[in-house]
Amino acid sequence: MTAQPGSAVWFAHHESRLAWRDWLAMMTAGRRKRLRRVVIAIAIFFIFMHFVAYWTVGRYAAATPDKATLVAISSSVLLSWFLMISQAMESTTRAFYSRSDLDLILASPAAVEKIFAVRIITVALTMAMMALPLAAPFIDVLIALGGWRWMGAYGLIVAMGAAATALAVGLTVALFRLIGPKRTRLIAQVVAAVIGAAFVIGLQVAAILSYGTLSRVSVLQSATLIAHAPDLGSVVWWPARAALGDVTALAGVLAASFALLAAAIVTVAPRFGEYAIIASGTGTTSVRQAQRPAAFRPTSPRSALRRKEWTLLRRDPWLVSQTLMQMLYLIPPAVLLWRSFDDGNGAYQLLVPVLVMAAGQLAGGLAWLAISGEDAPDLVASAPVPPRFIVRAKIEAVLGVIAVIFAPLVAVLAIASPWHALVTGIGVIVAAVASTAIQLWFRSQAKRSQFRRRQVSSRFATFAEAFSSIGWAATAAVAAASVWLAIAPGVIALAVVTGAWCMSPRQV
Amino acid sequence: MQHFAPTVPFALEVCGLVKRFDRPAVDGLDLRVRSGEFYALLGPNGAGKTTTLRMISGLLRPDAGTIRVVGIDALADPVAAKQVTAWISDEPMIYDKLTPLEYLEFVAGLWGIAPALAGPRAQELLDWLDLVPHANERCEGFSKGMRQKVALAGALIHDPRLIILDEPLTGLDAGSARQVKSVLRDRVRAGGTIIMTTHILEVAERMADRIGVIAHGKLIAEGTLEELRLQAGKNGDRTIGAGEGASLEDTFLALVAEQAAAA
Repeated sequence: MTAQPGSAVWFAHHESRLAWRDWLAMMTAGRRKRLRRVVIAIAIFFIFMHFVAYWTVGRYAAATPDKATLVAISSSVLLSWFLMISQAMESTTRAFYSRSDLDLILASPAAVEKIFAVRIITVALTMAMMALPLAAPFIDVLIALGGWRWMGAYGLIVAMGAAATALAVGLTVALFRLIGPKRTRLIAQVVAAVIGAAFVIGLQVAAILSYGTLSRVSVLQSATLIAHAPDLGSVVWWPARAALGDVTALAGVLAASFALLAAAIVTVAPRFGEYAIIASGTGTTSVRQAQRPAAFRPTSPRSALRRKEWTLLRRDPWLVSQTLMQMLYLIPPAVLLWRSFDDGNGAYQLLVPVLVMAAGQLAGGLAWLAISGEDAPDLVASAPVPPRFIVRAKIEAVLGVIAVIFAPLVAVLAIASPWHALVTGIGVIVAAVASTAIQLWFRSQAKRSQFRRRQVSSRFATFAEAFSSIGWAATAAVAAASVWLAIAPGVIALAVVTGAWCMSPRQV
Repeated sequence: MQHFAPTVPFALEVCGLVKRFDRPAVDGLDLRVRSGEFYALLGPNGAGKTTTLRMISGLLRPDAGTIRVVGIDALADPVAAKQVTAWISDEPMIYDKLTPLEYLEFVAGLWGIAPALAGPRAQELLDWLDLVPHANERCEGFSKGMRQKVALAGALIHDPRLIILDEPLTGLDAGSARQVKSVLRDRVRAGGTIIMTTHILEVAERMADRIGVIAHGKLIAEGTLEELRLQAGKNGDRTIGAGEGASLEDTFLALVAEQAAAA
């Protein structure tokens, strides 16, 4: 360590060491012995993704910069960029509000603008580092089949990370000034989630309204859109051209992105400390009066637990935004249902898996909150109630929320197509129960505020939950057409759930 | 507040209690606390105090031994034992998004207390702990002291026969600490039994009827302060100042030093 203490390089070293250890702990769940297995798993996944990339983008390796290609690449870039902005906003909000080491830094005589400049750059690097491994297999395949010109795509990702961070910092600071520090934390996270989902949902809704399908590709490949797109010489296409290997465009995009990031650092970093102090001085909570009579309602231990779960969920807008944000993805199927109400069965077939998948994912999140995210575990455990009653009450709380959300959609579907509604209803129940069971088997003790890091506690549970939801969604989709054909995907989904049970530390 | 007529001589009987993690945390512990007694359990860090209390509260399963709470076999019938027990830790077990009144309603529901009893009892407790002005505010903005008072109210709503407290005064200001101590004293006067761990030896000295000293998972000394002084004076390290007239701090340090030397 040769850097001058307190210098930007010294802070960068400190930050990178923390980031590396945090990443390592996340990947190995705190057990260094797992590192070799993690490295092997990542390598296998990386190689597998190259095959996937060959299958999906291989045929575009020889693409030329015509309008259709530029529209397709620009859309992909825009989608990724929206996701990056969303992530960067999350990180920036954390930088304001996370008190882990801010008090120490702010209390020290070190130049605060240096540490915050380093932190903004770290966010930009993190965005690029998160995107690079995901994009690398696709870019590698394009390089292998289409030549070195595709190397420009790597440069584009770095530029996207820088620009996304600059915009996220700007947006967060604007929110801070506009609505104050108290509301910014929540609103910024909601905005981040909406930005992340908006592009996909917007394309799907447009596709439904224009073509009656959930496929967003139909919009991007439509002659109307291509005809209305800007001329080939427009600056709008620079990012796409950069990906295609246009060196001038790449240099332009990189220069513009770094200039944006530099502007964000110069403008915001010196005041970041001030904002952080304001944020810390403003509690995230206010005195909230509940309006209710003093008389207690008659209740059993199970209903007390259910009511508690629902009250806690309802009163925590951040958690609502995190869990029910998945409901945003139900907007396209709801629009499809509304639009296709009189059109026949074809569209309903598309709805079945979407609803089942959403139910599984939502149930997984809610189950984690109810089962693992218990803020007073000792209180509940010391109550004179058998543990199975507690677990049952929490499962009922989760499934109750699922029922309230999905029952109206299934009811509307039942009017249009009773068969599809029946299959959807069964699929929703099975997927929700499976996700809840997986969360129960892999339960761990955590604070509700750690909801966003719940995947870290058990990656196996996360994957099992995802594959179970996908499996039940596929089963329901096939069952809607033919019950007999659904046996095969149903067996696979059941195998996923059984496998999760066998691998779980608690086989309840 | 209900007055308890002792139905059994001992509110708590622990025999041969063992719990091992990487090493023995509790190692064949025997402990008996009389009904209506205030019992302080002292010991250095890592002595096994919290592990012991968690096993008594039903939060941890012992590897061996027996636990009887008010005559109930707590391992054979944990639900019945929990019905008459309350557990309070140094970290208040409350929900930020509930108000104190809602919290008490939830706890009363968990313990199956009839609303007709629980409602007035909650009001009484809130009044007793000066929480009435905050009864309908969410707990998220409360100080540590207020949170601990809410937790204490929750622990008392079902009128427990045995109250188990693990460092309940940690982090409390003088006013809140005095209020908690006053509530606990009243509880003992009403015939309830309290077993409490604390590192604040003055609290144990002033409040406890009997004091137990635990080290390396074993009870190394037990009795009134006078009895402990005698024991430390007989066997202990006199350089620390144990013996007649010694403070509890000196006595405690002498007993622990003696145990460390023997080990």
